[in-house]
Amino acid sequence: MSVITVERKVLEKNDAIAQQNRATFKNKNLFTMNLVSSPGSGKTSLVERTIHHTKDKFKIAVIEGDVQTSLDAERVDAYGVPVVQIVTQGACHLEASLVRDAFGQIEKNNFEVLFIENVGNLVCPAGYDLGEDLKVVIVSTTEGDDKPLKYPAMFRNASAVIINKIDLVPYLKCSPETLEKNALSINPSLKVFKTSCTTDEGISVWCEWIETKIKK
Amino acid sequence: MHELSIAQEILRIIHQYVPDPQPNCVKSVKVSIGKMSNILTDSLNFCFEAITSNSALNGTKLEIIETAVKISCLNCLKESEIEPPVFACPVCGHNQIKIISGTEMQVEEIELFDEIESTTASGSQLKEKE
Repeated sequence: MSVITVERKVLEKNDAIAQQNRATFKNKNLFTMNLVSSPGSGKTSLVERTIHHTKDKFKIAVIEGDVQTSLDAERVDAYGVPVVQIVTQGACHLEASLVRDAFGQIEKNNFEVLFIENVGNLVCPAGYDLGEDLKVVIVSTTEGDDKPLKYPAMFRNASAVIINKIDLVPYLKCSPETLEKNALSINPSLKVFKTSCTTDEGISVWCEWIETKIKK
Repeated sequence: MHELSIAQEILRIIHQYVPDPQPNCVKSVKVSIGKMSNILTDSLNFCFEAITSNSALNGTKLEIIETAVKISCLNCLKESEIEPPVFACPVCGHNQIKIISGTEMQVEEIELFDEIESTTASGSQLKEKE
């Protein structure tokens, strides 16, 4: 019996491209966030409100990821910022190579912050490094306060959690305190924000945090 | 959910070690899959079978070893196994922990059938004869 020892990471190819992306982003002094969440949690709305609130302070560019359509990129484009849409044609997550190619289309622009809005999915994007500085997981109150316990890998890999649609709490059984407690039980180092993209509650706190992360 | 992508990456790595596989050449491929890597092993087996069934690797078995989630406690410094979604040290109860295994996905080894070993090694020679 002959055995070949391999001992190689299954996602080594993605990881290598992610490291190249990370070097590219660092070279351009970008602060890059990989926004992950389930579908409909408000990722694009958060990007829109963030652009609106910070337009006089710093410049943002956006890479949008969706299974189909360029609807999100069209929404963001209305704010006049560099944006490129990745359509994954069915794939449930973004990969580093897709981000590298998309970034090539906007890199000539002048910006300090890059949002990569991942495909809405709390499972698969957790395993794929894109070269970002950090992952931000968005969870909305309408999803229920147990989501961190059900999708621990995503919350474990993230650096910040945004509890969105906080304005809807009076109409829901969801407790934002329980949601926060559950998220912190998975990952006690998570930075927690509570926001509403309808009333703009908490948006300025979130924007101020981004400002502290911008590389001078 | 993304087991097909993972199966394709495993196949890509196999081809780097066995570039021109012959039928009944690769017996099995051992992969370790962490319990926190969001991979359903049945689904990974199904996907691997699906993408190899019409090739020389038809019949190659994917041997999946599920690895437990292990942590190192930053408080008591002990190493233990945990069962997500509970992320705390089972010894002292502290929640400042570092995950040391259970998230990995790695191709460990490729096992060849004995008689094919020489064929694979001298693949170019074989082609000349054909």
